[in-house]
Amino acid sequence: MIQEETYDVAVIGAGAAGLAAAAETAGAGRSTVVIDREELPGGILRQCIHNGFGINYFKEELTGPEYATRITRIAEEAGAVFALGSAVTDVKRLPDNRFGLVALSAERGVVRYTARAVILAMGCRERTRGNLAVPGTRPAGIYTAGSAQKLLNRDGALPGTSAVIVGSGDIGLIMARRLRWCGIEVKAVIEIMPQPSGLPRNIAQCLDDFGIPLYLEHAVTNIGGAKRVEYVDVAPLADGIPDASKTFRIQCDTLLFSVGLVPENELSRQLGVELNPATGGARVDSGFQTSVPGVFAGGNVLHVHDLVDFVSEEAALAAKAALRYLDGAPPPERNRVRVEANLKYVVPGYFSRNLNTVFSFRPLITADAAQLTARLDGEIVWKRRLRGIRPAEMIKVELPGTLLNRSGDLVFSLETELEA
Amino acid sequence: MHKENRSMIIYDVAVIGAGVSGASTAYQLAHYNLSTVLLEKCVDVCFGVSKANSGIIHGGFHHPVNTLKAKLEIRGNLMFDKLQYELGFPFRRNGILVVAFSEEQMATVQRLYEQGVANGVRNLEMCGHARLMQLEPKLNKEAVGGFFAPGGGTIEPYRYVFSLVESAVRNGVNLNCDFEVVSGSFADGCWRLAAADGREVRARYVVNAAGLYADRISRICGGEEFRIHPRKGEEYLLDRSSDARPERVIFPVPTRHSKGVLVIPTAEGTTMIGPTADPTDDKEDTATSSDHMQRIVSLVSRMVDGVSPRDIITSFAGLRPVLDGEDFYIALSEKVPQFVQVAGIQSPGLTASPAIGEYVKDLLKTGGLQLIEKREYDYELPRRHEVRHESLETLDRLHEENPAWTHLVCRCEKISEAEIVEAVRKGHRTLDGIKFYTRAGMGRCQGGFCSARIMEIVSRETGLPLSELTKNGGVSRLTVGRLGDRPVLL
Repeated sequence: MIQEETYDVAVIGAGAAGLAAAAETAGAGRSTVVIDREELPGGILRQCIHNGFGINYFKEELTGPEYATRITRIAEEAGAVFALGSAVTDVKRLPDNRFGLVALSAERGVVRYTARAVILAMGCRERTRGNLAVPGTRPAGIYTAGSAQKLLNRDGALPGTSAVIVGSGDIGLIMARRLRWCGIEVKAVIEIMPQPSGLPRNIAQCLDDFGIPLYLEHAVTNIGGAKRVEYVDVAPLADGIPDASKTFRIQCDTLLFSVGLVPENELSRQLGVELNPATGGARVDSGFQTSVPGVFAGGNVLHVHDLVDFVSEEAALAAKAALRYLDGAPPPERNRVRVEANLKYVVPGYFSRNLNTVFSFRPLITADAAQLTARLDGEIVWKRRLRGIRPAEMIKVELPGTLLNRSGDLVFSLETELEA
Repeated sequence: MHKENRSMIIYDVAVIGAGVSGASTAYQLAHYNLSTVLLEKCVDVCFGVSKANSGIIHGGFHHPVNTLKAKLEIRGNLMFDKLQYELGFPFRRNGILVVAFSEEQMATVQRLYEQGVANGVRNLEMCGHARLMQLEPKLNKEAVGGFFAPGGGTIEPYRYVFSLVESAVRNGVNLNCDFEVVSGSFADGCWRLAAADGREVRARYVVNAAGLYADRISRICGGEEFRIHPRKGEEYLLDRSSDARPERVIFPVPTRHSKGVLVIPTAEGTTMIGPTADPTDDKEDTATSSDHMQRIVSLVSRMVDGVSPRDIITSFAGLRPVLDGEDFYIALSEKVPQFVQVAGIQSPGLTASPAIGEYVKDLLKTGGLQLIEKREYDYELPRRHEVRHESLETLDRLHEENPAWTHLVCRCEKISEAEIVEAVRKGHRTLDGIKFYTRAGMGRCQGGFCSARIMEIVSRETGLPLSELTKNGGVSRLTVGRLGDRPVLL
């Protein structure tokens, strides 16, 4: 028999985002199920055995599993129901404006869930060698940084003996140090951009402390080895393309790719949620509601964050908005928010008049200082001078609702011509 | 079955190479009262030429009827419906469109159409712009005209080869993987084939279906001298969500050496673009290159809308085994007895393969092999359940039989633990073998999520430690030891 269950809220994903959201909605007395394909809650935090998590959210420095355990307990104590080892395969809006989900699990087989609101918290996935179409052979020994991290930290298996890391994302940097501690040589980190894509503290603690060379503006131009990786060819970029005359070869048996993360929105597509090509996530309003009423999103499924704490904070905000939706509050307004100079994206993509709103941005430039400017309907309504701008670090600012006092397009730009 | 020297079996036929030609030959021979052994140098079947191709069932118009390849292509194409019914591999006759983007190209289209008609292909259709757009709305609006071959289609090549071998084995054929033939000699009416590790197989007849290495096997056995020239083809796979996925297989107007770069809606819902066609000297050179990616994307962008490099989830290269003259070479050896050459099986080899198996069987008969049909033959392979294709009610029932059916291991392609276990129990123990059998790891995350889980399952099912598991056999180990095996590097 196919089992059926009904809740006020279904949260898809029990990572740092989903657990924070479930704690919020269950804590407010709304019946909440949090569904995750893993056997244990916590998502990717379970394999992040290093510390540095929780400083904002828990005011204490924790390891990934500690953060996961703590936020799981909060959700449990709030009364959230956990459906673990359960993969959501289908989600759709029902004619009565509720939502129908199907999840498969070894324990319970097929379960149909019905919920009045859905919170998307599926997180993100890693880009792969295949996405980049890096030339060369296809031997064993090529992993994404995160899958190597799982092999090492969850399964206790060594992926190789000497490694090159492609891309300087945070997971790759963390893995460089981790590999060294496991007795695996790390020959180099290769980054195509002129600046690292990971956080400065990870460059210092994971590369510099171990003397691991970081090659900026270099690209892997070829992967060699018939059965197992044997080498990579690396070339510096000249005018944006690899200079073949300066190619050098690094012998290694392992390649880890840390070349970016992509919000995991396959289920959002099933729901018909409008996506923003700049983030890969949903375009949400100031309450993190997507284009489908009753569907909310927060955390890495929405845009890729640098810090897990911000993931949890954002998902909790989405959950608060879901509670307002369940209470029958009128939907927030959808006045468009856009970015212009030097910004890759802004979240949320819509604002509501007179509401205090936190905006998150990903800068496209590295600068010691720059001015973030907000124009509403063409008129400057807010500006702030920011220091230490780099693409690796998200910018978050709160604008008071009093400034957002009329409708029209709200346009942000990051200006480098500073007034004296 | 003949016996000699204690229990040393002398097979009636040894087929060298478990690619599409060897597998199809073994499948044919399994229908008769014969003892047959299928020898494969790799750790699993379909690991050579046959695994890396476009997966197209061609329409019988690319080659003139006076070639062997055209004859077998046309016959082979017609045999797929029955085979699919019996063996259940993914195959769709979604049709092929050859599209011209200038009036000049229409002359070639016309010639191909006429060649197809002369070849006896039925239901070919010349198309103007409007008919083309009706058949394939994804086509670039610049398309001038073309023609439609409704009998063409797409297939999963590895699933097809696996099912041929599985059927052959169910009907008595012996499969020996990891058996690389390094010497062959004929004496007293019998071939002796030795593997690198000292194993030996004896058989009265040998079929050389060794793909890229058919020239070497022929030389080893004292047969005809010829040379296989590898011709590399690169393919790029686009995500299921790609806007570029057409309904039909889209061909450009071909050139002399190649059918051109195509847009292929694969039988399992992804979109493939390619292949290139470049000669190489190295029979193991399956590396991809960056120039080609750009070229393929720009070529196919002219044919269909919505092609984006952002949708590329993986790329691969295969090698076509090409003979001088470009035709297939399938014949009884004139230099050595009881030896059939099956060489130069490049495109349309996959399409022709059912007919190749039949043709080889007939050659063996011509060469003196007695063929008596088995009184009992098991035609149909048991149907496999695939979670991605089952209804919720079926999944619910399957779960009651075995909870592993509703434990998803590969989330992108929706592959359950039960399907992985089935693959392992059928003998596919490498990550690539399991991928080709089940599709686990073929989706958008390319095994990032499921590889470690699959390794755990294989280890549990086989008792092998993780460090013994490989990507595709030999030294392709996936991990090298346990945490704590190596000293810390500070």
